[in-house]
Amino acid sequence: MARSLLRPFGRAGVHLALGGYTLIALFPIALILINSVKSRSAIFDNPLALPTPDTFSLIGFHKVLANSNFLLYFGNSLFVTLTSLVLIILFGAMAAWGLSEYKFRGNRWLALYLAIGIMIPIRLGTVSILELIVKLHMVNTLSALVLVYTAQGLPLAVMILSEFVRQVPKELKDAARCDGVGEIKIFFQVILPLIRPAIATVAVFTMIPAWNDLWFPLILAPSDQTKTVTLGVQQFIGQYVTDWNSVLAALSLAVIPVLVLYVIFSRQLIRGLTSGAVK
Amino acid sequence: MANVSLKELRKSYDAKSDVLAGINLEIAHGEFAVLVGPSGCGKSTLLRMLCGLESITGGELSIGGQVVNDLPPAERGIAMVFQSYALYPHMTVYKNMAFGLKIAGEEKAAIDRRIRHAADILKIDHLLDRLPRELSGGQRQRVAIGRAIVREPKLFLFDEPLSNLDAALRVKTRLEIAKLHRQLGATIVYVTHDQVEAMTLGDKIVVMNDGHIQQSGTPLELYQQPQNLFVATFIGSPKINLFTGSINAIDDGFLRIGLTTGQEISAEVDSTGANVGDAVTVGLRAEHIVENSLGSDVFSGEVTIVEHLGEANFIYLTLQNGQELVVRGDGNNQVQIGETLTVSTSSSAFHVFDAGGRAMRRLRPGNMISSKQSLASKEKIL
Repeated sequence: MARSLLRPFGRAGVHLALGGYTLIALFPIALILINSVKSRSAIFDNPLALPTPDTFSLIGFHKVLANSNFLLYFGNSLFVTLTSLVLIILFGAMAAWGLSEYKFRGNRWLALYLAIGIMIPIRLGTVSILELIVKLHMVNTLSALVLVYTAQGLPLAVMILSEFVRQVPKELKDAARCDGVGEIKIFFQVILPLIRPAIATVAVFTMIPAWNDLWFPLILAPSDQTKTVTLGVQQFIGQYVTDWNSVLAALSLAVIPVLVLYVIFSRQLIRGLTSGAVK
Repeated sequence: MANVSLKELRKSYDAKSDVLAGINLEIAHGEFAVLVGPSGCGKSTLLRMLCGLESITGGELSIGGQVVNDLPPAERGIAMVFQSYALYPHMTVYKNMAFGLKIAGEEKAAIDRRIRHAADILKIDHLLDRLPRELSGGQRQRVAIGRAIVREPKLFLFDEPLSNLDAALRVKTRLEIAKLHRQLGATIVYVTHDQVEAMTLGDKIVVMNDGHIQQSGTPLELYQQPQNLFVATFIGSPKINLFTGSINAIDDGFLRIGLTTGQEISAEVDSTGANVGDAVTVGLRAEHIVENSLGSDVFSGEVTIVEHLGEANFIYLTLQNGQELVVRGDGNNQVQIGETLTVSTSSSAFHVFDAGGRAMRRLRPGNMISSKQSLASKEKIL
């Protein structure tokens, strides 16, 4: 069916469409990268022009890196994102295994409760979250952000991983039990290695929103010590004057870790997405 | 000693119905026991209870004299081979076999020695570094058996291990399992729905249906003296011919039975408890019928289908009243569809079942048809 639908376009048409989409997706990133290495006047003269020897300038990067706080923000972002990622995957996979493998009272309700978490944006609960964090004396700590991002990522992680855990053949678990492998060891040594593609998928889906988030750092951890990159960039954006060189340089630097992680996970990701689709 | 003893073993998932209702079975040390029955008869559940993967609702299960009802699988001294092999896909063959031993805390050298030994027996030495996905079905099957062997269990459990293999490989692997049984001298419980597998492999066959053991015994016992209608129809290929009828007279050692085909036959069965006028079912195996009229009981009908097997033909006859009769004929005979064929059998070949489906014991259960008959067939050969 899919094949006959594609026929009028042909292979070239498909590539044309995908190539076009790639261009649209990459355009803003390219724009940031190009302008981050141009002088201020060149940015305003012609934002789309490539840097020439005349207009080339690393002033933005100099300013950003000289501002020692920026490396701190960068570290904060990295810490928050990676810690959340590890927690989401660990707890998500454990919950997925528990919900799909063991029958207990309230199993279905618990699964439904987690599914609701996907449908309702966590930002709707910002006020209560803030109240809670204040009561816990966790305002202006990175742990507060880690907790919120973990909560935000878990529902989708549990949903995706459950589907994959269910696909692990029952006999494999039985065989492990016959081999005398305990339930926890079965989870870590048999189940986890088998759902690796799904874990990569979850990693990408949860990593990017956490890295890009501006909302919660602004509300829960706006202090100088706990700012994340997205929040830190705001200091270059003023009410009357915006230091575009620094903003673009900071954003260029902020893109790098996400790109690196994406490249690491993407091979697995493709396998994860397709195996989920076909089966 | 690894004898297995099941006493009134029960399994139910809810209070209403039993999946297994009071199973009693003794399996001697070194015996090859085959559980066989149609799907849903409870044979796999029983195997999983032996293994420890299903809880036991009631009764007592002991392996090697020790009650193991509540022991986890690993402590029962068993190893199981699964239908889908259940090899860990992300581990090499070697690691697959070593995994359970490593968990049990065995020493590295001992693990290695055991794996080399098992690999040697199964001729999979050259595959130890491969991943399961790089192996053929037959090789995976061997690895699965190897993983069972290295555990040096008291009892091997096989859950339909051959049903994922193609026909040729199935026959070959069947032979290998039989050889392995002799080589290891192990006690084996083997589940299958294939009666040929059951007959060829088992020292003891346990026929199950509806959560009950219908009959257990040697392959020959089951074939020659099926205790009830279910076992008679389950064992043997093609399926046993069945007639309905009623007892006309009870002679000395013979029952004279009027069939609904309008014909009277005499069956050589133990008539204890039978009364004149009782409704009975008469069974007659295709291979106990010959294509001539020399036997004591003669049938004739029109040939509707002939299946050629080479050494034999399965000839399907339709008798006068529409009843179908399968005859195993000589493969050399050219039988034409539509012709009328007269066939006969001996009174010792009949199986007779009472209204409740219980068999009356056959008095001369051998495969011989009759002395007159065998003489006749010998003459034909000469």
